[in-house]
Amino acid sequence: MGVGSFFDRLVEPFEGPNTIGNSRPFWIGFAVVLVGLFGYPIGFGTYAASSAALYLVYAILALSLSVVWGYTGILSFGQVAFFGVAGYSFGLISLNLSSALTTMLALPVAVILATIAAFVLGYFMFYGDVRNVYVTILTLVVTLVLNTFMAQTAGSEWTIGTVQLGGFNGIPAIPNLTFGVGGTAIALDDAAFYWFTLVVLLVVYLGLRALVNGRFGYAMVAAREDEDRTAMLGYDVRRIKLLVFGLGGAIAGLSGVLYASWGNYISPTVFGITFASIPVVWVTVGGRRSLLGAVVATVGLEWFRQQLSASGSQYAMIVVGVILLIAILFVPEGVVPRVKNVVLAARNRFQTTSDSVESTPE
Amino acid sequence: MNPLNLLFQVADSFAFIVLAAVGLAVIFGMMGVINLGHGEFIMVGAYGTTLTANAGLPLPLAMALGVLVTAVMGFVIERTVVQHLYDRLLDSMVATWALGLILTQGARILFGNSIPQVSTPLGYIQYGPYSYSTYRVLLAVIALLVLLGLYLVFTRTEFGIRARATIQNPDTAQALGVNTERMYTSTFVVGSGLAGLTGALYAPTLTVVPGMGSSFLVEAFISVVIGGPSVLLGTTLSGGLLGVINSLFTNLYGTFFGQIAMLLTAIVAIRILGDGLTGLANDIRDRLEGE
Repeated sequence: MGVGSFFDRLVEPFEGPNTIGNSRPFWIGFAVVLVGLFGYPIGFGTYAASSAALYLVYAILALSLSVVWGYTGILSFGQVAFFGVAGYSFGLISLNLSSALTTMLALPVAVILATIAAFVLGYFMFYGDVRNVYVTILTLVVTLVLNTFMAQTAGSEWTIGTVQLGGFNGIPAIPNLTFGVGGTAIALDDAAFYWFTLVVLLVVYLGLRALVNGRFGYAMVAAREDEDRTAMLGYDVRRIKLLVFGLGGAIAGLSGVLYASWGNYISPTVFGITFASIPVVWVTVGGRRSLLGAVVATVGLEWFRQQLSASGSQYAMIVVGVILLIAILFVPEGVVPRVKNVVLAARNRFQTTSDSVESTPE
Repeated sequence: MNPLNLLFQVADSFAFIVLAAVGLAVIFGMMGVINLGHGEFIMVGAYGTTLTANAGLPLPLAMALGVLVTAVMGFVIERTVVQHLYDRLLDSMVATWALGLILTQGARILFGNSIPQVSTPLGYIQYGPYSYSTYRVLLAVIALLVLLGLYLVFTRTEFGIRARATIQNPDTAQALGVNTERMYTSTFVVGSGLAGLTGALYAPTLTVVPGMGSSFLVEAFISVVIGGPSVLLGTTLSGGLLGVINSLFTNLYGTFFGQIAMLLTAIVAIRILGDGLTGLANDIRDRLEGE
């Protein structure tokens, strides 16, 4: 039993009532999928890996919204604002100080800037007692205002250092993420970038699992379920919301940096209303109270959207809208939790002695 | 700067904000639902107007048709989607946003990326070396008339009384014989119709394209945020305040700074005033009545 108990102790921090998959079969499946994902570039080549990396980048963005909206009840329509702020910051820093070292440092600096932006906005909202709907509207408005701002930076007066902001045309030629100093530096492209993003996604996913199943996670969920009662029990709901919003900003920022270095490009469309709402679609469809759901839905929907637009169909966005409507009306808890419930129900039917009924995340 | 110029610009800005926000404010104020597809409802009104006007219908009639189309669409959407989501605020926002997405792309597929424009009617007012579009002045007048009309509807009609009873307390209203479900449906239809009216009115002044709805969003949302829960008072006051701020800053520094100034006003207003301008107005009224 040595291996088994070692395993249990290993996954213990990541298990709890707030996530799906608290069983050995789940973790075994998880490991198998993970091995498959790591092997993907080897099996399908670097081009496929490079395309797939974008889905992983988006999945990180989806996780940031899942923790903010699904677990804490703050519907932020502005996750892409922090995504974009970090992406632009990364581009500006790495292009201005083009050395391997500064490109490496641009990653944390850009993420910190996005986090600060989230904290400032969050402070005004949560310490100003802005309620539910207004938070959503304000985050959306901030994003749209950033869109207006970036779109009008076409003139040469909008130059930061040596880099032009470029208005609608955006900033091209953003360097790849780089690690190391001088001649020993490694720039991440294609497969290497894919692996790096996969590791980041894994770390963020497991980190968030540990967070939402820990004491702070319980407090987040309590704040979502009943703000007043949570406050009455001695929790500082505003502080909880601010911290989660800041964390969401940081994760969205991380995703934004990866995005900018993936396409070597960033433009004001990242602040546009369409892009702003896509994370909401992913998280709703996958199951907003499920981190795994956010990842699965993001990869699935983005792959699907890619197939549709690759075939030149104009109906891609209509299909996305219809999927979203169907999800909200008929599968409000999300696809992944629904599948899990179906699987559990089937298993219970076969197993008359249902020894381990998992607690459902609610 | 000519003071008359500035006055016209403030009036223009006021009209834009009030008309952009009023449909959104009615639905939000009465039903607590934020229609994130509001911009696309406006787009539908504009398309209805422009297409029928291009087909040879006189402009006022085309506008009425634009309003009608949007109202009917609102009815269908309320019956099929929104009514299932009344107690699920955030879900209703996401669902209306999804509808907006479908409407935008639907318009693009049906009518292409642009359609022929209707020209702005009514010519110009000349004063000294300046001139100003008569139609834009008319828009400000219409904005005032819309507010006045809503005021009359909500205070002087049976519908208004039932509607206000439903906002105050849906359960009691229902117990007293008000069909609250029908109230919600008609409110959504009225709100949609008002969005359609905005689209119809601005169709001759803007390029009518599938994505045009988003140009109304910032103003509409900020106005609702600042206005607070009371529909009429809130929209009127925030339209006035934001109209001045927006036109001043847009005039001095450009569109972006106009928006930034409004956004900052909204953040400050929320920070200081819990219930927006409505709350402030109520406080002042209470204090005056108390003395």
